[in-house]
Amino acid sequence: MRDSAALPVAVVSLGIAALWYLAAIGLNWQVVADMQTRAGATPDFGAMITLTLSHSRPLLPAPHQIIEELWRSTMTLPITSRRSLVHHAWITLSAALVGFGMGSALGVLLAVAIVHVRALERSLMPWIIASQAVPVLALAPIVIVALGALGMTDLLPKAIISAYLCFFPVTIGMVKGLSAPDALSRDLLRTYSATPAQIFWRLRVPTSLPYLFAGLKVAVAAAVVGAIVAELPTGAQAGLGARLLAGSYFGQTIQIWSALFAAAIVSASLVGALSLAERLVVRRMGARA
Amino acid sequence: MLAIDARGLSLVFTTRDGPVQALSDIHLTVAPGEFISLIGPSGCGKTSLLRVIADLESPTGGTLRVNGATPEDARLRRDYGYVFQAPALLPWRSIEANVMLPLEIMGMAKAERRDRAQRQLALVNLADFARKFPWQLSGGMQQRASIARALAFDPQLLLMDEPFGALDEIVRDHLNEQLLTLWGKTRKTVMFVTHSIPEAVFLSTRIVVMSPRPGRIHDIIDCDLGADRPLEIRETPEFLRIAQRVREGLRAGHSYER
Amino acid sequence: MNTVLLGMAILVLGAFLVVRLARLEGRVLSLAAPLAFGATLILLWEVLVVGFAVPMALMPAPSAVAARMAMSSHLLAQDFAQTFLKAVLAGYAIGCGAGFAMALLVDRVPFLRRGLLPIGNLVAALPVVGIAPIMVMWFGFDWQSKAAVVVAMTFFPMLVNTVAGLAAAGSLERDLMRSFAANHRQTLLKLRLPAALPFIFTALKINAPLALIGAIVAEFFGSPTTGMGFRIATEAAKLALDMVWAEIIVAALAGSAFYGLVVLIERAATFWHPSIRS
Repeated sequence: MRDSAALPVAVVSLGIAALWYLAAIGLNWQVVADMQTRAGATPDFGAMITLTLSHSRPLLPAPHQIIEELWRSTMTLPITSRRSLVHHAWITLSAALVGFGMGSALGVLLAVAIVHVRALERSLMPWIIASQAVPVLALAPIVIVALGALGMTDLLPKAIISAYLCFFPVTIGMVKGLSAPDALSRDLLRTYSATPAQIFWRLRVPTSLPYLFAGLKVAVAAAVVGAIVAELPTGAQAGLGARLLAGSYFGQTIQIWSALFAAAIVSASLVGALSLAERLVVRRMGARA
Repeated sequence: MLAIDARGLSLVFTTRDGPVQALSDIHLTVAPGEFISLIGPSGCGKTSLLRVIADLESPTGGTLRVNGATPEDARLRRDYGYVFQAPALLPWRSIEANVMLPLEIMGMAKAERRDRAQRQLALVNLADFARKFPWQLSGGMQQRASIARALAFDPQLLLMDEPFGALDEIVRDHLNEQLLTLWGKTRKTVMFVTHSIPEAVFLSTRIVVMSPRPGRIHDIIDCDLGADRPLEIRETPEFLRIAQRVREGLRAGHSYER
Repeated sequence: MNTVLLGMAILVLGAFLVVRLARLEGRVLSLAAPLAFGATLILLWEVLVVGFAVPMALMPAPSAVAARMAMSSHLLAQDFAQTFLKAVLAGYAIGCGAGFAMALLVDRVPFLRRGLLPIGNLVAALPVVGIAPIMVMWFGFDWQSKAAVVVAMTFFPMLVNTVAGLAAAGSLERDLMRSFAANHRQTLLKLRLPAALPFIFTALKINAPLALIGAIVAEFFGSPTTGMGFRIATEAAKLALDMVWAEIIVAALAGSAFYGLVVLIERAATFWHPSIRS
């Protein structure tokens, strides 16, 4: 199955890249044309195409422009430089990871509590589900401001926002997973006089692993989004969200797109790492890869 | 014209473990109005044969004529009704709407569809449940609804793949009786796949015993127990003799040691 | 000291009440425990904030927020219209519609489906909200750019889930349609689309809060002087947190109502599905 997906994915990706180039030419045409008329020049069709794909402030940068910018801001600058994309990516990534850690831990603990204490399930679950109706990212400004007033700045407020976004998918996933063992399996362990702790560690936890990983993957993506958005309200100076904001203020479209691609790469790598971890864990438990 | 005319029919599946010969050199002729049972252990090709006749599977060799035409033409002409192992009723449609489904696809007018559906449901004694939904009916009733649906076109040929396999014995006996009555009334040609020897002997005019690896016909047994068969006929010596012959055929064609 | 005692009393009473009410059964009575929990929390919040004289800039009291909601209801309604009625609804409709249409197209071409699905799964995990500044550049500052962000965010979950749903119809049912000599369109309309509805509604439910968050966050990147995200950002900067909370409550209510509406429609449309039946 994995081999058969490689070719179609490659073809579709190439197709998307081709469409992107066409779109870039189309969208940038007018701007470039105006610029040329003002400069009094009349380039031919071929020259126009080249110009639309190499404009410094395009409406839609061409893929190679974005890749060039990515390369320049990651490989050619020292990592500690204020303008290095690696530096910014690390700032966002560290906040996201801390938030992910806190949120996932909280989510797992909540799930364990909910599954074992009935009163908690009844009173807490509806609020947990309702909490997602609150546009959490809209809380970002509040959290930043409030924590800032308490003296907490930089990483911790962003991590807290990421944690809030994380805990829900992990909680829901774990609750589903810990409740997943069917009545038959639970009866079996009861015939062995297993204590609740033994049932927990030997039956519920192994059964819940696929659900946990599914929740973790959603959570890690949400954590990255949380960290990025948290950088917006107070006009942070560093981080991928800050780069996005700076790019939009100064009309530097290529900068915006490269920050976006960097964020995408960070997200995708984290989800990929989790998938890998999942495969290793699941294979040790005997599932077919 | 023969209902089914199969000569040298073969079907080979390519699987990850190599080719599997589901059907090998099948010769079978079925006249209209017959009730043919296909019986055999798992892997003997009885379901595959039914699916090939229904044009749900394409044979890899030999010829097959259904009502004088290719299986594909027979399917497009809606010459047969197929009853699956599971009722396969669409849960978002009422029983009546389920029975009307093939007629909708055919393009029949609404009034006529309704009329037909009600008649078929009456035939299987489900007229009172027309407005209910599938999950509100028991397994046996769902299967009856699926038979009513297969009869909606009023096809001459009925293909049934272990339709009562998932039901308990009491319901099964009841449905066997109903099916026999139905067949007696409508005189359709029926191809019936089953695992159960008593069921095969009770219902059929001829029994085709098949054996696996490769799937082939081992024996064809005539079964002329008379048109009017009550369930008690299953204790008569004539019945037991035929059943014994079927059992021997099954045992000969299939060994557990292999 | 009094505040601490009062706070603890509320906590203990609340916990006791919640544990007692958790035993109630029935569709209406089962709401008692969560409501008691929520009420305890709000009461505790009020007591602590007032008792400890917490500044408004840190945490406003529930009573202050309620007062603000009453006072600025006109402004709240304006912001709601700008963000929800325009950006969210338009973006949701277009995004889900486009995702659905794409899934139907991709269904016809298996090669395209095998190539697009992994990419769709990947994009669904990305911080799509980051394209907001680019959308502002393309569509201007007004609600259209926010709607565009919502379209981008809702497209992929809808695509991925619809494709999964179209594959959901069992092989037995597909053979059934084939035995009826049904063509591709008939099989799609009468079997595969109804069978896909549970999956489609999963996407619609996921997309509802996503659309709201997308529109609000998109406004963080720049907006005309109206809109919930805009208001939240500017009032937070002014440390007028009571207004911020007021906006958030409106957003939460709108989000819940929207989600609830989708759930109601789901119940009607997929009445036959085991999860709805039980």
